[in-house]
Amino acid sequence: MRFFRILGRSIRDAFKSVGRNLSLSLASISCIIITLIIVALSIIVTYNVDNFSSELKKDLTIVAFVSNDADNFDVDKLKLDIEDIGNVASVTYKDKKEIKEEMMKEDEAFLNVMKEWDEEENPLQNTYLIKVDDIEKIGETATAINNLDAIDTVKYGEGMVDQLVTVFKVAQRVSIVAVIALILMTMFLIVNTIKLTIFSRKREISIMRLVGASNFGIKLPFVVEGMILGFIGSLVPVGLMIYGYKALYDYFGGRLFTDIIRLVKPFPFIYYASAIVVVIGIVVGMLGSGRAVRKYLKV
Amino acid sequence: MEFIRFNGVTKQYKNGVVAIYDLNLSIEKGDFCFIIGGSGSGKSTLIKMLYREEKPTRGEIILGGLKVNKLRNSNVYKLRRRLGIVFQDYRLLPKSNVYENVAFALEAIGAKKKDIRPKVLKAVELVGLKSKLRDYPENLSGGEQQRVAIARAIVNEPKLLICDEPTGNLDPNMSMEIVDLLEEINKKEGTTVVMVTHDKAIVDKKKKHVIALKEGHLYKDYKEGEYIDEIL
Repeated sequence: MRFFRILGRSIRDAFKSVGRNLSLSLASISCIIITLIIVALSIIVTYNVDNFSSELKKDLTIVAFVSNDADNFDVDKLKLDIEDIGNVASVTYKDKKEIKEEMMKEDEAFLNVMKEWDEEENPLQNTYLIKVDDIEKIGETATAINNLDAIDTVKYGEGMVDQLVTVFKVAQRVSIVAVIALILMTMFLIVNTIKLTIFSRKREISIMRLVGASNFGIKLPFVVEGMILGFIGSLVPVGLMIYGYKALYDYFGGRLFTDIIRLVKPFPFIYYASAIVVVIGIVVGMLGSGRAVRKYLKV
Repeated sequence: MEFIRFNGVTKQYKNGVVAIYDLNLSIEKGDFCFIIGGSGSGKSTLIKMLYREEKPTRGEIILGGLKVNKLRNSNVYKLRRRLGIVFQDYRLLPKSNVYENVAFALEAIGAKKKDIRPKVLKAVELVGLKSKLRDYPENLSGGEQQRVAIARAIVNEPKLLICDEPTGNLDPNMSMEIVDLLEEINKKEGTTVVMVTHDKAIVDKKKKHVIALKEGHLYKDYKEGEYIDEIL
């Protein structure tokens, strides 16, 4: 019960203190707003890069050309052999007639040339289209497929895929490091601004210690105050994020520069991202103020 | 009945200064005890060790059966809830009125809301400030501010009241009034009072138990009613 009384008093005192030390509170809130805006931007970029890379990964396909000597039995057996290879997500068969029709639909030049070909003259090859689970192992999988008897050759965009994988990996790591660095910076700023408010209340803390308030009881109002500042500070970035991202999405029509780069749909993504920003604000405010008050609690 | 005991207590600060050296003393329950001595005699260190603001380097301090020197940092607050502490500079909250200042001591330790008001009113009445409940410290005289500080110290009904030169900022009349008040609390509530002072007039007039310190040593331990020949 004593815990709840202390908690109740801490919440009341924290709100009072935010109002009483308004200029310092505004300074803390401004710091939080600025850094959380950058954190919000990083989250949007990270998530979009992540989404873009996973979409692209989904589209990456190994094309295995089946030897013209293979009969129907060989073709069917080949499917089972490919499926037996690890890292294979799906296998789709396309015969040369189907490929010819697709190509004729795609381009008029193909249409003009190919419409004259009959079954015998069609020089295209039957193919298997293979999608993989782990894009990083696509090279190994392609080699394994190429080693199968009835396969002539395989193509999977060698070189370009490897480069893309590397670029995505770097982009992801950079974004994660940036988010962590920004969170630490926010915490540092909050620690320092809250230190100022705590400094102005040194007397109050010293009296609390003398009358027998526990460290928890002394710390709690300041921690709650940090949480309130963090929460208020996160509202502006959240507002900007919701309206800004939606406007950006609408403005670009969901595609960035090219059709390949598709933006993540604003809803519900932006709500989750907002929740993350609010939680970061609250947690960082809480930890920052907890750290700032620690100095005055030493017995 | 013995309430406070110092057994061979030595306090050496990190800078090498020895503030208290091999101190042995005893204070009875319900006693009113003055601690006297010149600057640097170790008076403040002695009482700081009583409320565990400082830890002895050697020796043992027992307060109401509790070994204060053995107390873990995380449990110091439990000791302080049993003490009242009054300082020369009052240490009031300037933006809070008399009632709020006194109530603060109870709110800070999570006392029940329904208990706070009667306890605060009782303490404020005891120090004679019932008519000034809504006044702020800046509108009170030095003596009145010290009364508020005393009310805050006794509101939780402590067993021991520690006063560090509570009359240091007051004129002689006001000083005597404050000591009279402390004496009244001592008699009425049975609270043990330990008071550090430089004021010979007070010590002479009250004829209480007096512990005199000199350069960190126990110089003399005058029993109640004994003649004090000098203030060091």
